[in-house]
Amino acid sequence: MITATISLNKDTLNVLREQDVVVFRNRVKEYAVKIKMGLVNQTKLITAASELVRNMLRYANGGQIIIEVVSRGRDNGIRLTFKDEGPGIPDIKLALTDGYSTGKSLGLGLPGTKRLVNEFDIKSEVGKGTRITIIKWANG
Amino acid sequence: MAIEITKLFKKKQAVILERWMTNQLADERLREDLMSNEDLRAESEELITALVASLNESNIENPESGDFDHVIEILAGISISRARQGYSPRETGVFILSLKEALIEIAQEEVKDPKELNIANRKLNRLLDSFSIITFETFIKGREEVILRQTDEIAEISTPVIRVWDGILALPIIGTLDSARTQVVMESLLTEIVESGSSVAILDISGVPTVDSLVAQHLLKTVSATRLMGAECIISGIRPEIAQTIVHLGIDLSDIVTKASLASALQYAFRTLKIEVRKSAVKSAV
Ligand SMILES: Nc1ncnc2c1ncn2[C@@H]1O[C@H](COP(=O)(O)OP(=O)(O)OP(=O)(O)O)[C@@H](O)[C@H]1O
Ligand SMILES: [Mg+2]
Repeated sequence: MITATISLNKDTLNVLREQDVVVFRNRVKEYAVKIKMGLVNQTKLITAASELVRNMLRYANGGQIIIEVVSRGRDNGIRLTFKDEGPGIPDIKLALTDGYSTGKSLGLGLPGTKRLVNEFDIKSEVGKGTRITIIKWANG
Repeated sequence: MAIEITKLFKKKQAVILERWMTNQLADERLREDLMSNEDLRAESEELITALVASLNESNIENPESGDFDHVIEILAGISISRARQGYSPRETGVFILSLKEALIEIAQEEVKDPKELNIANRKLNRLLDSFSIITFETFIKGREEVILRQTDEIAEISTPVIRVWDGILALPIIGTLDSARTQVVMESLLTEIVESGSSVAILDISGVPTVDSLVAQHLLKTVSATRLMGAECIISGIRPEIAQTIVHLGIDLSDIVTKASLASALQYAFRTLKIEVRKSAVKSAV
């Protein structure tokens, strides 16, 4: 049976500068604490969020993030949507490979994020931008 | 014929300056500790001269006009320097608002026709309000610069390298480890290794809230640099939730000696340096 995911509480943030990263991470933490997410899951979610916001700043000069409390059946979770109007990712499969980086970095951000969360969805169009949605369930 | 208020201001420039000065000096919160009356007069004179010179009957209704570029430049300069010197927004606001008051006073005395006076007042209000907004905007920008500078200073002072033992350094990192911070951490650590001739450095990250791939990369770089100096680097203070997250993220720290706490890192360092620390056997009196 498929249970619908319902959005309960929503917040939109524009991220344009390095300084916004800490503010955003703290906001995610507030949300996670509010739904009584355990410390390990909280840390995983915040780390995933940190990866995606950094990518957005680094490769797309910033963008917009939606933070939501979602519920599915008895479980609550946090959904984060990252939207940017950057260059887009030409080969998503490649970008999701451990160690692949166009920025001389570790290349772990995207694949690592995918492992840290329960749901991971990425849509990207070259020249248009990228949209990544993740969900971490409180007890997931 | 209608009075040309801008011509009137040109003629009365000296009077306006005097009024304005009186208004400013009347404010009991005037910061004589920050600026002498002479400096205040010089600033005021510069601004009023520029304003009167650029003002005419058509642009008085158009605060956006490019004719005011010079005025705005002066105003912004004054505002920024006041922000840096620690003036309050109020003190900065009084500067421009008391000019408005002086101009309106002069208009009131010189323009006899109530209808004309009304029109003149409205124009003056609009123009000077627009200047006030610019004053506040630049003031805030000035304050933001101050904050950014302080952030840099905090980054510098919050990375103390501690000589915990002969040959052992500890560096507690508190807060986010961004690129700029890493640079500071690395520099002070490497310098201290040389100066103290230490061979073990402990990086304690219990105060780092999030270890993402960027932070990990910075840590790895610091460890490699330490090794190049011939010292060993231990990372301590890895909380259980951080350990689990690092593993999922895929960061490989297997090359590095990591410890859960500073105490166990210290123990490890003692062993490496063949230092023995033990409780002295106190003979109890029978
Ligand atoms: N929002 C984005 N817009 C455009 N390209 C992106 C975006 N996010 C990621 N990419 C591309 O995908 C690649 C992989 O991203 P990933 O986060 O996995 O690694 P990285 O950022 O290069 O390194 P790390 O995150 O480990 O420091 C990036 O190098 C970049 O080319
Ligand atoms: Mg990345």
